Amino acid sequence: MKQPDSVKDMGKKPGEPLAQINQLEQIPLPPPFDNLEDEPEFAQLSDEAREKYVVLDDTIAVNIKKPETKEEEDALVNGFLSGLEKLFSVEDNWTFLQPFEMSMEHCAKCQSCSDSCPIYEESGQNELYRPIYRSEILRRIYFKYIKKASPALHGDIDLNWETVARLIELSYRCNLCRRCAQTCPIGADNGLLSREIRKIASMEMGIVPREIHDDGSVLQLQVGSSTGMTPMIVKDNIEFIDEDTAERTGVPIETPFDVQGADILLIHNAGEIMAWPENPGAFATLFEAAGLSWTLSSDVLGYDGINYGVWYDDVQFARVAVRHAQVAKKLGVKKIVLGECGHAHKALTVIADKVLTGDLNIPRESAMVTMRDIVRSGVLKLDKSRNDFPVTLHDPCNMVRLMGIVSPQREIIDAVVPEGRFREMAPHGVENYCCGGGSGFAIMSGHNFQDWRHRMTGRRKFRQILDSFQDESMDPKHYKYVCAPCSNCKGQIRDIINYYDAFEKAGIYYGGLVELIVNAMEDVQPGFIDWEWH
Amino acid sequence: MMTTLAYVVAYLGIVFFLIACIARFMMWSKMPMHVRWELYPVAHEGGGKAEYGGSYLEDSEWWSKKREVSLVGELKVMVPEILFLVALREHNKKLWTRSFPFHFGLYLVGGATALMLFAGLIVGYGPDSIGNPVAELMGWVLPVLGGAGLVLGILGAVGLVLRRMARELSDYTAPADLFNLVFFIVAFGVALVTFVGFDRDFSMVGSFVTNLVTFNLAPIGDGTAGLMLVLSVVLLAVLVAYIPTTHMSHFIGKYFAYHSIRWQDDPNLPGGKQEKIIQELLSRPVTWSAPHIGADGKKSWLDVTLEDQDK
Repeated sequence: MKQPDSVKDMGKKPGEPLAQINQLEQIPLPPPFDNLEDEPEFAQLSDEAREKYVVLDDTIAVNIKKPETKEEEDALVNGFLSGLEKLFSVEDNWTFLQPFEMSMEHCAKCQSCSDSCPIYEESGQNELYRPIYRSEILRRIYFKYIKKASPALHGDIDLNWETVARLIELSYRCNLCRRCAQTCPIGADNGLLSREIRKIASMEMGIVPREIHDDGSVLQLQVGSSTGMTPMIVKDNIEFIDEDTAERTGVPIETPFDVQGADILLIHNAGEIMAWPENPGAFATLFEAAGLSWTLSSDVLGYDGINYGVWYDDVQFARVAVRHAQVAKKLGVKKIVLGECGHAHKALTVIADKVLTGDLNIPRESAMVTMRDIVRSGVLKLDKSRNDFPVTLHDPCNMVRLMGIVSPQREIIDAVVPEGRFREMAPHGVENYCCGGGSGFAIMSGHNFQDWRHRMTGRRKFRQILDSFQDESMDPKHYKYVCAPCSNCKGQIRDIINYYDAFEKAGIYYGGLVELIVNAMEDVQPGFIDWEWH
Repeated sequence: MMTTLAYVVAYLGIVFFLIACIARFMMWSKMPMHVRWELYPVAHEGGGKAEYGGSYLEDSEWWSKKREVSLVGELKVMVPEILFLVALREHNKKLWTRSFPFHFGLYLVGGATALMLFAGLIVGYGPDSIGNPVAELMGWVLPVLGGAGLVLGILGAVGLVLRRMARELSDYTAPADLFNLVFFIVAFGVALVTFVGFDRDFSMVGSFVTNLVTFNLAPIGDGTAGLMLVLSVVLLAVLVAYIPTTHMSHFIGKYFAYHSIRWQDDPNLPGGKQEKIIQELLSRPVTWSAPHIGADGKKSWLDVTLEDQDK
């Protein structure tokens, strides 16, 4: 395993990777995937990519072109310093000023956070991925080059374009799960510092991974969804989903659109509509069966609850959040219910809490709560035996550790899964591990980034999933269900199951929470969960 | 003359410490409202939710209900955390075995100092019928508290210096970090030598503190004993003044890290007092330079947020 000797290496060894993982040195997974040699081979970066872009480690997320002139080099350094200074300004960074300064000033560099980071751990404790490695570089740059303090006070570092470019790249080696922050005795937050580095890159320098900016928030603001779906297409798709769902359930449904004055505006992550149509279909089946007054919106942005700004850019974040609120205001709904999407939950409920005012301050509720209330109300006839298979639950970081929504999903599972079939992952709840797709990784796949994500960020979650089913037969015909009530987490879990062929080899399947409810509804034909790999 | 110097430095040290702490506290408390960035478990969540990390967001129509906020819940986390450094013990046992004695030593020395100040006021201003027994009691209590505090503080600081030299910490350790610890070792070490060698009943330092609070700058101690007292006082006073100017002021920052960030979950309810503050913040100018922001230094957050809708 190659790793940096020091934080000072960041600007040294130009063109060389600072860290490389030997897959045969990684900690083996639990059975039946416990032979490292049987694991898929890690795809290498192409020589062309190494030539063209700044190199940090085994992969590339941001695609920062190597500067060709001194002016371009200076622009990187000066842009970074200018952005860093703005992070300390009330005007430019009131949004995070206090948490940011707290983490910059008070980290004791005690390393209490290191073991909590699944990336650091699964890398074999590679120094580059230590949670404070990037924070320490940021801190030293700030104190030495902006505050002009003596390196004797805060440590030394050389600043050149390579330091800056690698640091930006390194900010995309963190899932922003904030597990590290949870362990900090003082309250410093290395996850936040990763995000603040991303902000400098995006908001000051215009450097962002294409998938989350151009193909993400920009596309969403332009056409309504990062999936590219326009209002017309989304209505067509939902109509098709209604028909398909009705065929599967035997219960006719018609998803309501743009119902003025409905109680609930339900906003899905539009990825569900494209990749997991059974999820919006199940929501429609459930809400109709419960007799709720609800609607979807076909207004631009009204049908896609994603807000990628939470990962990298406060202005893009605010733009999307305001548009979501405007859609709800236009419909005159009583509340917005967020579908199974963790970051959409946090974005609109918690972060936007300090952005939306006046008539845009419309109450927001988690679908976990809405569904729990339906189940609690007794309006549904539920047959638990329809879910008679092993089930484990993934806790999406945004919904659980960062919002405290822990018990509703468990109460639902208790009501729809037979006793003894549900098992918690270890650890779970607010101490969960990220799925590995957090902070945009689930949708990032340039070069060999997807492979890197499977080997590094998603590995701990896959380990947990396997561990949770160790008391079950790993026969592929003995189906096991990973319930992931979050679209991005589901995408990541799908990808990692696919990477290891875990459905074919061990019968491990995945899906959302609402599907488990509908699968247990007596009024619905059996077999809503069809155990077909997709 | 030497003792007068000690009195002056002690006054200056205390005054500087208080001013610096107040300035730090004001700095953190005057920072603008930030977006919510809480981290669960939030200790004040009521209804048993704090136990498993739940929040009021689990409740139906939470915005229309009275929140259950438990001060007892906060205290149940804060008190053990402050006294025993629970988070460090849980996540970094190796460092805790050094850091806990260090911090607990500081608490004991701080406690002994506070008792001396309290006793000094009683002895200096109260009747002898109360002052004398208090002085006698202090003669028993202070050596135990102060002596144990100094020993624990020194052992902890030495342990921390050694720990900071370990591979995984040394690269993240600046010379100033080591200086801070060495400063503690020296100041506490001199105080310990004074205590063991010249002032085992704390009578000399007790008298010094009594004089300090009664503004009686009378000389105390002769020869080496007096010199050691002066040296101890000067070093400790400078140390006390120095602490809040460094990241060791985390005892202030930590309060805000928990109460203003980690546990700050106050919702912005429609028509509530937060809305005005948010509107003011959204009217601040933005100077971020990336083209997609569209800032020019005059446009506000609200302007750039709504701007894309005009296109």
